[in-house]
Amino acid sequence: MNSDTRSHDGRSPLGSQAANTSGADVGAVIDDVYRTESRRVLATLIRLLGDFDRAEEALHDAFSAAVEQWPRDGVPASPRAWLVSAGRFRAIDALRRRARFDASLAALATQLEGQSAAPVEWIGEETLEDDRLRLVFTCCHPALQPDAQVALTLREVCGLTTEEIAHAFLTAPRTVAQRIVRAKAKIRDARIPYQVPDRHELPDRLDAVLRVVYLVFNEGYSASSGATLTRHDLSGEAIRLGRLLVDLLPEPEATGLLALMLLQESRRAARSLNGDVVLLDAQDRTLWDRALIAEGVRLVERALGTRPPGPYAVQAAIAAVHADAPAAEHTDWAQIVGLYDVLLRTDGSPVVELNRAAAVAMLEGPAAGLALIDAILARGDLQEYQFAHSARADCCRRLGRVEEARTAYTRALELARQEPERRFLQRRLQDLASLVGFGLWALGSSWL
Amino acid sequence: MRYLCLIYDEEKKFAAMSKGESDAFMGEYFGFTEDIKKSGHYVGGNALQPVHTATSVRVRSGKMSTTDGPFAETKEQLGGYYLIEAKDLNDALQIAAKIPSAKTGTVEVRPIQEYN
Repeated sequence: MNSDTRSHDGRSPLGSQAANTSGADVGAVIDDVYRTESRRVLATLIRLLGDFDRAEEALHDAFSAAVEQWPRDGVPASPRAWLVSAGRFRAIDALRRRARFDASLAALATQLEGQSAAPVEWIGEETLEDDRLRLVFTCCHPALQPDAQVALTLREVCGLTTEEIAHAFLTAPRTVAQRIVRAKAKIRDARIPYQVPDRHELPDRLDAVLRVVYLVFNEGYSASSGATLTRHDLSGEAIRLGRLLVDLLPEPEATGLLALMLLQESRRAARSLNGDVVLLDAQDRTLWDRALIAEGVRLVERALGTRPPGPYAVQAAIAAVHADAPAAEHTDWAQIVGLYDVLLRTDGSPVVELNRAAAVAMLEGPAAGLALIDAILARGDLQEYQFAHSARADCCRRLGRVEEARTAYTRALELARQEPERRFLQRRLQDLASLVGFGLWALGSSWL
Repeated sequence: MRYLCLIYDEEKKFAAMSKGESDAFMGEYFGFTEDIKKSGHYVGGNALQPVHTATSVRVRSGKMSTTDGPFAETKEQLGGYYLIEAKDLNDALQIAAKIPSAKTGTVEVRPIQEYN
């Protein structure tokens, strides 16, 4: 993730500090190493020990040993290698001790000791980074339930606690813990391998990983229910995961997803005012994060290099067109409609169609948009989708069809679960009488 | 590690096939079986007669009861199985995906419980 921790050649920058660090400093160094290295060490220990739980215990033991020994002996030149060695040694030692009660563990201990007997210092950076990728692909294995994939990824790859995950997803810690335990049991018992998929499997498997990352991001970006509009921590974790993936596996769709997340994240400060929703067209664009936009745009250009471009890259391109407009009225709607056409061909869905219809309403006027929205609703698709009704309401409002607008806003309000969105719809209903304001109601997160 | 691949499909789809279609389908199965024998994955396998031949047995309080058919009415029926030897779940899933019925029905892949 941090390029500075990846560039050195086996000698950690921390090593040079070892000679003159006092006890308190060593404590700070250990904290720092824990933050930057513990997930990498865990990923390697899972491979060496062949079991998630055993590896977690070994990780814990390795850091306990560091707390004991580093203040006395100094910080090792390569803390990561030291921790992997210490963890592995202690795990094998623990197996030997338990083998007195369970003979089968003795064989396992011998087997683990025999494997990869080469000193851990010899393991190259590449192998260690591969371990992180192995961990990601294992946590997001399609043989695991989607909920479990998300929980396991946040727990093992991001290092969140069960409580933190439960809080973020508004579930009981017990439920999250159960999902993680079951997932680990399936990995062990059905023998889900700890590996990066082969080239021919990679596209499908990468899709599954990206889906997990995007799910985490969206949960943070637009919480599916509850009082707050955004849960920042989850979006931050998703972006960190996205950066990790682009670092380790620079596939176009991984790059596209990171671009999409950065561009959406760039509007965070402008998306709400005193807890109320502010739509894209009404946002204060000076609050948009220009650094995130610049990075997102650079990544979009890279991601669009393949033909046909993947769905994440196209969605990121749409977000980039919005980011490029100095004011809402300067938005290049023709280009946005064109990009939705591309998206419909490669990854079409009723929701994509609805977003395209809303863009058409901006390009050609509300009557054209309304005709498309009504056609989608007439097919029976999206009848239960809040944003379909609010988009219809918006077109009707702009056409002066007040009664129809009122009916559609009311239907949207019945379907809305998030407090700020409910307040927004209520305001729209109140405003209808005077028919003031001109705006476009949001169609999912790309409009917010 | 051994995995059982349970093949579920709609019996009536097979029943509705013409002679030519069912011959071609069986041909695919023979080809697949040959392939996994050659690759060393094959341990065993059989097709089952249709569900109307099935009988369920239960013993409760020492008393045996016998009923006609399977327990539940489902769209897809268990029609056969392969027992395979595979390196890990990914390997097993690759094999399962090549079972001809995977294109029309569902293949459930279950690791065998080993007792030692």
